[in-house]
Amino acid sequence: MRVALFLTCVNDTLYPETGKAVVKLLTRLGVEVEFPMGQTCCGQAHYNTGYRHEAEPLARRFAEVFREYDAIVTPSGSCGAMVRELYPRMGERARAEGRGDSLARTVAPVVPRTYELTEFLVDVLGVTDVGAWYPHTVTYHPTCHGLRSLGLGDRPRRLLAAVRGLDLVELPGADECCGFGGTFAVKNAAVSAAMGTDKVRNAESTGADVLCAADNSCLMHIGGTMSRLKVDMRPVHLAEILAGTEEDPSL
Amino acid sequence: MSSTFVGMPAFPEAARAAVDDPTLRGNLRHATHTIRAKRAAAVAELADWGGLREAGRRIKDHTLRHLDRYLERLEASVTAAGGTVHWAADADEANRIVAELVKETGESEVVKVKSMATQEIGLNEALEAEGIRAYETDLAELIVQLGKDRPSHILVPAIHRNRGEIRDIFTHEMAAWGRPAPGDLTDTPADLAEAARLHLREKFLRARVGVSGANFMVAETGTLVVVESEGNGRMCLTLPETLISVVGIEKIVPTWRDLEVFLQTLPRSSTAERMNPYTSMWTGTTDEDGPRAFHLVLLDNGRTDALADQVGRQALRCIRCSACLNVCPVYERAGGHAYGSVYPGPIGAILTPQLRGTASEIDASLPYASSLCGACYEVCPVAIDIPEVLVHLRERVVEGGPAVRRGNKVVLRPARGHAAERAAMRAAAWAFGHPGALRTGQRLASRSRRLHPRTLPGPGRAWSGTRDLPTLPPEPFRDWWQRTRGGKDAK
Ligand code: SF4
Repeated sequence: MRVALFLTCVNDTLYPETGKAVVKLLTRLGVEVEFPMGQTCCGQAHYNTGYRHEAEPLARRFAEVFREYDAIVTPSGSCGAMVRELYPRMGERARAEGRGDSLARTVAPVVPRTYELTEFLVDVLGVTDVGAWYPHTVTYHPTCHGLRSLGLGDRPRRLLAAVRGLDLVELPGADECCGFGGTFAVKNAAVSAAMGTDKVRNAESTGADVLCAADNSCLMHIGGTMSRLKVDMRPVHLAEILAGTEEDPSL
Repeated sequence: MSSTFVGMPAFPEAARAAVDDPTLRGNLRHATHTIRAKRAAAVAELADWGGLREAGRRIKDHTLRHLDRYLERLEASVTAAGGTVHWAADADEANRIVAELVKETGESEVVKVKSMATQEIGLNEALEAEGIRAYETDLAELIVQLGKDRPSHILVPAIHRNRGEIRDIFTHEMAAWGRPAPGDLTDTPADLAEAARLHLREKFLRARVGVSGANFMVAETGTLVVVESEGNGRMCLTLPETLISVVGIEKIVPTWRDLEVFLQTLPRSSTAERMNPYTSMWTGTTDEDGPRAFHLVLLDNGRTDALADQVGRQALRCIRCSACLNVCPVYERAGGHAYGSVYPGPIGAILTPQLRGTASEIDASLPYASSLCGACYEVCPVAIDIPEVLVHLRERVVEGGPAVRRGNKVVLRPARGHAAERAAMRAAAWAFGHPGALRTGQRLASRSRRLHPRTLPGPGRAWSGTRDLPTLPPEPFRDWWQRTRGGKDAK
């Protein structure tokens, strides 16, 4: 099976450690991952801000870059949802606008082969205990697109529960949006900040030292709010937790 | 739609004021979280909720697809049952029709049962201008009217008020509208309800004209349906001699059987009850029972324009249960008034810009009043994909495009104020289409990272005003990958 890492533009630029963690984790599980250099961005920011036409070439590029792989793995529920849920929709819209089948046909092969990291681990590799060790108290925030668009369900929690040394504590109001929402954070800054603050206060109330999520965009928002509110807690991507072992720990 | 809200500031500005109001935040948080939990429990009781939701979606879609046919059927049924049907293309026409009907009775006051359609068209103000006083009889609606306020929730228009505020409003304002509040009024719910009951009883017994809305209209029999909790609706529908119902054309269902679905999903979604306390149904007129004259005003007011929109038309499935408001994290913080319309919350954010267009500042800002978290779609009992429509309307705002306005095909121009964003989006799309250029940009950013501020100038200030920015890593992932051959060489 040829497996490609779709890292996402945000992780590539701002959170390379998450990418390294995915590589380390998958390699440990016996998967040889490739990183196609032609990849850039799934186009979600464009699409969600109303620039669907600008997002189309990015969807085509994605489909071409990843066409030859059997599985495309991404450590982002949001970008995973873009490919799986919205690429087909973009194809349908183009068709409805009389622009033919070409977009729909181009994206069709990659749609079912794109997996969010926890889906790939649990559904494709069939593992929930990835052999990780992480001696911290962790609370988990399920991000909206992973939760509702992809329906990740309890996969992330199951993976975390199997990590040795990890104490998983429930986050009050876990299913509520953290307030990031891409350009929403800028366009409706006051509401976004209020949502972020509530999320951080809920996280704080758990007494955990780490807040885990499977999407760095949300973690950037939550972490930025924690830092501003001087809350002593770290935002950590799920992949980085799963990558650590006793011999080679993630700190 | 009503002119009441014209001149509202854009959503972000209106919302900021609400975010800064601790009383309002507290009232809303308490109310929405309570009903949220109750709704979830009421829905979980039904094993076939998913099936009911799908059935509701299908019935509404089918009806909307054949709306012309079902509306004609309804007109024939209502007429055969002794009622009169009036067609109103917009708010002005509807208001004119109602005012004339009231004047023909020789009366100068009407009692009203909560009706969003009449709020949408600003009927009370229009009647006032003709010397006719309209009395709201729904408790929450009464609070809004006495407080010279605006509704902020579909189902609980006074959700933004707490009991103390309501007592003050009753004490100070009731006298000017009829029976004054008792001098020693407390803020216990029972006391407040009793004061409202006594005040309203006078109105019910005197009124000869009633104005209502309807939750459903059944095409096959011409029957109208109102579901409610307080019984005020039943009074308004049965006591007056003349009943005028103003209803949006999308409220139609083909047959009685279809009600079976909605009478299960609506109460559970809205008040978390298995069945609402009062369900009133009326069909035309009946000798010696109920109103002697019945008029149905069928309101378009932008609805057929919305129907012409392939993506947006699903908003017309809405049964106004308000579940999407109660679950929405943005509504919870921004409050209903920030939406500048009688339809607040997620449904308002997609319905209002379709009914009113996106020309005004507030209307153009509504499609952005969401983080696209999807909670609204998840709870909607007729499966309206609100996030999908929001994104579609954003596209209309930033890129313009084809739309139907007052029955005419038009090509909308992008709303003003998005030129810089459009340029940035296009530049980003170009860079993402050219990985080489992207990489150069990433490297430049990484190399100069020590110079980066943790706060941003310009529009980015909104971000860094409340959050710290992440620090840039020394090298982007793709450089690491190439340098170390995916970690095979030195780290
Ligand atoms: S959009 Fe759906 S959830 Fe919201 S009020 Fe309408 S029917 Fe209820």
